[in-house]
Amino acid sequence: MKHETIETNIGLMIILVVIALLFGTLVELVPLIFDRSTNEPIAGLKPLPALELEGRDIYIREGCNNCHSQMVRPLRAETERYGHYSVAGEFVYDHPFLWGSKRTGPDLARVGKRYSDDWHRAHLYNPRDVVPESNMPSFPWLFENDLDPDGTAGKMRALRAVGVPYTDEDIAGAAEAVAGRQEIDALVAYLQQLGTLLQARR
Amino acid sequence: MASHWSLWVIVLTTITLIALVWVLFGNRKREGGLNEKTTGHNYDGIEEYDNPLPAWWFYMFVITIVWGVAYLVIYPGMGNFKGVIGWTQIEQYEREVARAEEGYRAMRDRYLALPVAEIARDPSVRKMGMRMFGNNCAQCHGGDARGSYGFPDLTDDDWIYGGTPEAIKTSITDGRRAAMPAWGDVIGEDSVQSVTQYVLSLNGRQVDAASAEAGATVFAQYCATCHGATGEGNKLFGAPNLTNGIWLYGGTAEQISHSIRAGRNGVMPAHNEMLGEDKIHLLAAYVYGLGK
Repeated sequence: MKHETIETNIGLMIILVVIALLFGTLVELVPLIFDRSTNEPIAGLKPLPALELEGRDIYIREGCNNCHSQMVRPLRAETERYGHYSVAGEFVYDHPFLWGSKRTGPDLARVGKRYSDDWHRAHLYNPRDVVPESNMPSFPWLFENDLDPDGTAGKMRALRAVGVPYTDEDIAGAAEAVAGRQEIDALVAYLQQLGTLLQARR
Repeated sequence: MASHWSLWVIVLTTITLIALVWVLFGNRKREGGLNEKTTGHNYDGIEEYDNPLPAWWFYMFVITIVWGVAYLVIYPGMGNFKGVIGWTQIEQYEREVARAEEGYRAMRDRYLALPVAEIARDPSVRKMGMRMFGNNCAQCHGGDARGSYGFPDLTDDDWIYGGTPEAIKTSITDGRRAAMPAWGDVIGEDSVQSVTQYVLSLNGRQVDAASAEAGATVFAQYCATCHGATGEGNKLFGAPNLTNGIWLYGGTAEQISHSIRAGRNGVMPAHNEMLGEDKIHLLAAYVYGLGK
């Protein structure tokens, strides 16, 4: 085929470009979207309870994932510091996943239960109070804002529509579970459960 | 991977490879030279030749295709085909961990066999301990181990849960959970204030004598169970000594009242899962040796 043919025929060019781009996606991505090995939750994995779910949304809102990854790679240097490497089955209820790609701060995939609730609260209010050399921003408004109990059930229904197995009781009890709680309660609750299902030695 | 997906990957990858070879060889232009005709494009007098790809460039494409095929033969990539050398990422990781274990075993066994008190001054233990402390403990207790508001100083000789090697090891391994209830609603605000005065008096501070006397009665009834009749604390419950002027949550009248009113429930997380016996042994030695 002469390249004049392609260069002067924009329709043909579009088709060929799409094919060239598509093959990588079809081979590397599509099977993993449907394959069991990446869609099977690990033992004990449950959808996030209402408070933790709100915490996850605050995590996204404040952009925590811009500086903290949630993905421990299978390298000894990482598993020594963070714990068991991450596995696909841990993330099947995450929409979207928060693996991130940049570590200005440490990885948080297994931060759950590593520090006390008091520490998280002090640290989020002003990181320098507990880690003097930290360059993490302070988030004092989390201690002032109350959660909006009206939105939680809708979020759960939306997640159920994409395959997260929330029960009707989960959704019915969502408003009650977050009523009167502050944003900081939700965020700390979310952080404290991260990665706690796999607890092999660091 | 399910077998139909495996087939899908194999077929599409093969088609891609064949297509690449065809694009490269089927469209190769051999003839031509610098004085050949142009493509006919003319941009403000700048014209474009229609010359063949330089040979070195062409052969680099060939090399990438050969590389790709060789990779798919040696490493896993073609669906469920495992590759001729049977490499897996997890196996590589496990080999890496095993090699490190092997390398550290002798040293670890040597230190594990010695009691904490004996190795606490060992220079290499202090060096390793400092690194591990920085990674695992400094977030709360501070890089210099002097603690901060709500997180105990580990360099002084005041230990809430005990400063023996065994107690330190238990604190690290299983964690600690303080359980001071909120007394505000139980004893009332007047008693909160009088107990505060009494606790201050235990530290030789200037207090309202009458109020402190009233506080002593309340203290004996509610506080002495854990903090002891004289306020010297009880390491069994993690009840701090209230007479030595060392305050985890501040020593002003206001701060003490708040502790009494709202309670204190500081938590030290358990580290047995994260660190394991050998590292806890070294860390305990490091902490035991702090400030000694």
